[in-house]
Amino acid sequence: MDSPGSQPAALTLRNVTKRFNGASGPLTALEDISIDVREGEFLVLVGPSGCGKSTLLSLLAGLELPDEGEIRLADSPVRGPGRDRLVMFQQDALFPWLNVLENVTFGLRLKPGLTDDERRESARHYLQLVGLGNKELARPHELSGGMRQRVALARSLAPNPRVLLMDEPFSALDALTRDQLYGDIQEIFTKRRKTIVLVTHNIREAVCLGDRVVLLSPHPGRVREVFEIDLPRPRRINDPALAALAARVTESLASHLTKGALE
Amino acid sequence: MSLPRPVIPTVLAVLMLGCWEWAVRSGRVDELFFPAPSHVVEWCWDGLLNGELLSATWVTVRRLALGFLIGVVLGFPLGALCARVRWINDTLGIIALGLQTLPSVCWVPLALLWFGPEESAVVFVVVMGTLWAVLVAVRESVLNVEPLYLRAAQTMGSGGVHLWTQVVLPAALPGVISGMKQGWAFAWRSLMAAEIFVVILSGFGLGSLLHAGRELLRMEQVMGVMGVIMLVGFLADLAFFSPVERWLRRSRGLER
Ligand SMILES: Nc1ncnc2c1ncn2[C@@H]1O[C@H](COP(=O)(O)OP(=O)(O)O)[C@@H](O)[C@H]1O
Ligand SMILES: [Mg+2]
Repeated sequence: MDSPGSQPAALTLRNVTKRFNGASGPLTALEDISIDVREGEFLVLVGPSGCGKSTLLSLLAGLELPDEGEIRLADSPVRGPGRDRLVMFQQDALFPWLNVLENVTFGLRLKPGLTDDERRESARHYLQLVGLGNKELARPHELSGGMRQRVALARSLAPNPRVLLMDEPFSALDALTRDQLYGDIQEIFTKRRKTIVLVTHNIREAVCLGDRVVLLSPHPGRVREVFEIDLPRPRRINDPALAALAARVTESLASHLTKGALE
Repeated sequence: MSLPRPVIPTVLAVLMLGCWEWAVRSGRVDELFFPAPSHVVEWCWDGLLNGELLSATWVTVRRLALGFLIGVVLGFPLGALCARVRWINDTLGIIALGLQTLPSVCWVPLALLWFGPEESAVVFVVVMGTLWAVLVAVRESVLNVEPLYLRAAQTMGSGGVHLWTQVVLPAALPGVISGMKQGWAFAWRSLMAAEIFVVILSGFGLGSLLHAGRELLRMEQVMGVMGVIMLVGFLADLAFFSPVERWLRRSRGLER
């Protein structure tokens, strides 16, 4: 669907189809997906597991290429991974051979035009932003799951990418830590106005974080519905208005799933 | 009340050596077959004083170090190439897998023919012991690098040489180190077999010393050299492999 908004699109997907040759024969993971992600928008892709959310994110990251259709970042087609689109994965993907500060500096070191001092300063700044300023020298294995995801967040934010892609970054965490991170993410998003695409199977989370929620359904992965979420930020996951909206999205998903089963 | 930990092993060792010494001196055990520990120590002491033992140890350690170094220096890039290039893996990779199972002392006849009874022949045998183990270990560890690390690094703009030096190699390091350790063990055993098996004119190593002990029917020399051979292996582990492995385990949280 095209966005009616006046902002220019940061990311555009046009009729994107992706197939895999799985062990059980060919499989269409995504079919005819068209989405515009506006500049500075927080877009959430939600759907049951196996509906192609991760695949879609890999396509946006340039880690995979579509079989049909086109993906553009602003005006240039996406042909591979690039520093302008950083990814935060479901597992933290921190490098165990580097300490926390070195992990956060990794992406910055690949960014030209900075001095080492500037890089370190910037890394420290983002570590403080996620509340881990005192853990610079720790090794990833010395941190809790929530702290590790925070370091991963700082690592993705530090090089100041144009687009931040997040693949279920909170699903491995306990509810308390998750709620805390929802707060962190919203604060960072309001302060920095990044373009964010987040993937989740948790509908509450989607409604809590997104400006728009795109509902996908599986076999093959297709866009079913798009919800505009107008709730003011910061949003709280237990807010009744948010819960009501989430219930609507859930119903819609259920109806698409049963329809899919009947087809 | 508990005794300090070293007490029991020390008491047992003294007891055992005492029994052994007594059994030989009292004539219950034939000195020719099983020399007393005091004789073995005496031989070692003499060997140290007249320089024979030290020079033999030096000759052996030099061969080992040189061959091991060449094996690692060759095995490293070749293993990485195998992991990276399909047709190299289908040729060299398969050969390496086969040769890795061959005890490298089997190379001695060919090595003697190609190089003559020279240093280079023994060093070659050591290289053959190290090279294939290192090559296979590097290939396996590179292929087993967690794909998530590669994807994360690539999205941050890493690629090519940077990806190799900053991600692939550090991620593969634990496997590479254990491969080097295996290569070292193969090389060490093969070197001993080669030195006992053939007389190399260019140098008189520990293996030759052991062989000489056998020909002279001097079992205290044989046992003394065995002790030194164990000591060299033990020291190599203590000085290099153990610290590196401990550091890896600790810094990456693999301990316990
Ligand atoms: N590399 C791959 N090879 C084969 N099939 C794949 C591959 N990646 C994903 N798939 C398939 O594509 C579909 C979508 O997967 P994925 O994008 O991981 O879903 P989600 O993230 O929504 O759970 C699944 O059916 C999955 O089995
Ligand atoms: Mg997924």
